[in-house]
Amino acid sequence: MARIGLWAALAVLALPVLAGLAGVIGPAFGYFPALGSTQISPEPMRALFAWPGLGTAMRLSVTTGFLATALSLALTVLIVAAWQGTQSFLWVTRVLAPFLALPHAAAAFGLAFLIAPSGWIARALSPWATGWDRPPDLLLVNDPFGFALVAGLVLKEVPFLLLMTLAALPQADSLRSQLVARALGYGRVTGWLKAVAPRVYAQIRLPVYAVLAYSMSVVDVAHILGPTRPPTLAVQILEWSTHPDLAMRFQAAAGALLQLGLVLVALAVWRGAEWGIGWLGTRWAAGGARGQKLDIVLRPLGAAGAVLIGLAVGLGLAGLLVWSFAGLWRFPSVWPEVWTLRNWAGQSADLGRILRDTAVIAFGSTAIALALAIAALHASPGAGGARLGLIYLPLIVPQIAFLPGLASFALVLGLDGTRMAVMLAHLIFVLPYVYLVLADPWRAWDARAGVAAAALGAGPVRVLWSVRLPMLTRALAVAFAVGFATSVAQYLPSLLIGAGRVSTVTTEAVALASSGNRRLIGVWAAVQMALPMAMFALCLAVPALLFRYRQGMRIA
Amino acid sequence: MHRYLTTTALLASISLPLHADTLPRIDWAQVTESAQGQTVFWHAWGGDPRINAFIASVGEDLQARYGVTLEHVRLADTADAVTRVISERQAGRDIGGAVDVIWINGANFASMKDQGLLFGPFAESLPNWPLVDTEANPAVLVDFTLPVEGFGSPWAMFQMVFEYDSATLPEPPRSLPALRAWIAENPGRFTYPQPPDFLGTSFLKQALYGVLDDPSVLMGPVDAVDYEAVTAPLWAFLDEITPNLWRQGRVFPANEPALGQLLADGEIDIAFAFNPGRASAAIADGELQDTVRTFVFEEGTLANSSYLSIPYNAANIEGALLLANLILDPAIQARAQDPDVLGFQTVLGLHLLDPEDRAVFEDLDLGIATLAPDDMGTGLDEPHPSWMTRIAGDWAARYGTGQ
Repeated sequence: MARIGLWAALAVLALPVLAGLAGVIGPAFGYFPALGSTQISPEPMRALFAWPGLGTAMRLSVTTGFLATALSLALTVLIVAAWQGTQSFLWVTRVLAPFLALPHAAAAFGLAFLIAPSGWIARALSPWATGWDRPPDLLLVNDPFGFALVAGLVLKEVPFLLLMTLAALPQADSLRSQLVARALGYGRVTGWLKAVAPRVYAQIRLPVYAVLAYSMSVVDVAHILGPTRPPTLAVQILEWSTHPDLAMRFQAAAGALLQLGLVLVALAVWRGAEWGIGWLGTRWAAGGARGQKLDIVLRPLGAAGAVLIGLAVGLGLAGLLVWSFAGLWRFPSVWPEVWTLRNWAGQSADLGRILRDTAVIAFGSTAIALALAIAALHASPGAGGARLGLIYLPLIVPQIAFLPGLASFALVLGLDGTRMAVMLAHLIFVLPYVYLVLADPWRAWDARAGVAAAALGAGPVRVLWSVRLPMLTRALAVAFAVGFATSVAQYLPSLLIGAGRVSTVTTEAVALASSGNRRLIGVWAAVQMALPMAMFALCLAVPALLFRYRQGMRIA
Repeated sequence: MHRYLTTTALLASISLPLHADTLPRIDWAQVTESAQGQTVFWHAWGGDPRINAFIASVGEDLQARYGVTLEHVRLADTADAVTRVISERQAGRDIGGAVDVIWINGANFASMKDQGLLFGPFAESLPNWPLVDTEANPAVLVDFTLPVEGFGSPWAMFQMVFEYDSATLPEPPRSLPALRAWIAENPGRFTYPQPPDFLGTSFLKQALYGVLDDPSVLMGPVDAVDYEAVTAPLWAFLDEITPNLWRQGRVFPANEPALGQLLADGEIDIAFAFNPGRASAAIADGELQDTVRTFVFEEGTLANSSYLSIPYNAANIEGALLLANLILDPAIQARAQDPDVLGFQTVLGLHLLDPEDRAVFEDLDLGIATLAPDDMGTGLDEPHPSWMTRIAGDWAARYGTGQ
């Protein structure tokens, strides 16, 4: 009986992905009856490889993906290694954690406005320091190397990896290991890297893979910050699949398969690099260097990274908010010349309905995901092994590769265009994140409490409901908040499965963002953020309220 | 790649006349009755708050007059709606489709009409059709050289105008050769949206008009001519201006609003748009400085129309027909032309209207930056859609992939 939960969770995740992939293979080889083509043909593949930008687009996907992942991971490790156990560390994690709730696109828009030649930094320094009374002709956003794209990704991935690392720390026995290493004369960073990192990395490996796969195939951030001549492969695929010439749909499908292959190869390379670094790391650890002096450089570096991310996201969002109240705002004015409420007033008609729909969908999908995650965890007391790797399937297979196919299946089954359908589509992406956040606290739960309850006569179900879940309230709340934020941020699933009949704050935000109108983007980025932020606040408040009189449940 | 298209085009031509025979005789009383209580899903680009507000106001009228609810499905790209209809046909959903009305023209319209994805013909059976000025505006019957044949109802006309800040640029370049010289003298102050963006590709076509001795070749499919020879002057022109574009042509704005933002930010001196009233409307909204003015090329600028089309499988065809008719109502057309609302050009012939309706149009203020109708110069016909696709593809190969 108990295993049903596990299999249900795996089915929810794996079946839609596999069905969706099946739906893209046909068109990739020329089979697309709706366009009158029932012949298998290599033509779409040939057309794909004949596209002159393919090499560059592939290279960009790989370089920006690897760079963003490596930088995010390095920075996360550095922040934790250099500052774990200090007061500032607690503060940093509290500030960065809500960033998880922030939609990628909003963060990217904020960064774009901050660093653009006509952006806030340039305005603040002009003309008194720079002499610019017109924006300088500098290529900072959409640069051909994708550095702006990498920066935008790092802003969002560091908080995610940080949260994953925090969850893994208790099981890695990090504080005591660190204490021993320090007692033996190791520097903070060196000691952490040698004694704790190997155990922690083993636990955050799958989230890291998810970051790599996501960074390589992201569409919205790449659209806002990424290179354009050509763009990354994922953006180009989306362009083909929305091309007026319907024949391009075949090329888009072929590209989607290529994108999937690229991600798989990249993951394999990353896995290989893990072995290499592991081998080198073992020799380095065995060398016994204490690395005390390194701390002088690395601790401020970690702090600077954290502060920079906080500032970039914070100022970027503040900039967007200011735009949402801006009338005329010319360069180089630091503040709008005219302030107005009109940008907000013009949007308010549908706002209530869209917010309600978005909240209902997010609430529903997260509740189902939480129930399935608990069922799956309850059914597999151990680590779960390779089977649980399937949980990550929707995070690793690029959305652009399987969602169009999945949408066709939903159509055939008549399951599209309703809030329920969108809720189920969101579940595919919400469940892995909920599981990710919940799994480690779940396993870290002190089983002795359960044994005590059993000894007092409670059956397994009662132990779950009366002891384990209440004790895990805080973890459940965080998992709920993350799941909720994930659902709110979904764009492609809402668009394709919702059939335009279901609007969410994100489908609206992206549609309006296509205007490039910073005032509108400001309004909708704020709206898009408001729901997840409110849920985060609620999820932090509930345990605090519940555990008011329970000393043992306070955060240590 | 075109093989896929031709096979389906054949299929389409067999299946389409089913509707074609029945529709020109629309029983309007019947339509009005069946539409009661329907909700019409209008798929239209959602990137402009002014347009969104206008669509919402049309929805109020539709509700008040016919008891039909209008839902504006805000698209990031019109092709999303096209994709939707294709997937529905693939899934066998030939009735009850999710898309009731699409705001469409150009290559999207050509694709859908070619593929038999449109309902019709219906436009010329609409009760308000006699008010449409088909003589003065032949572009309402021909979309990018393709006969519309009633598969789309025209509702607004557009002509490319250039926008500049008269405070920093007293005398703008009023022809392609003048612009060419101006770009060379003012590096970094001009750019165009990156093809295949609609406006960006339109600039290429505008340039093509300017460099060709005989632009009539543009009216036929691109395959019919010696493409390399015909377009060689265009690439020479672009090769020449690219190093002197904004960011040295290493990056291009994404679309019309992004280009407009560059003008508002002072990053460029000259922008352009298809809506001659855009600049006035943006000034009215405080998004553009009030010294911005517009101009057209002496040789003329591209002109086209926007259409409402109904997918073949639309769930609420009656409501969609009511919407297509309502939007041709003189009061609504006048609202769209009001520069404080949209500044779109009407498709109606003023001489065909009642005196009081005509007076509403004649009383409209044009807006501070909008050219009077007499100053709009020649409207150039849009080339055959194959030019758009081919040139955009070639542009990508030459400038769009080389970094």
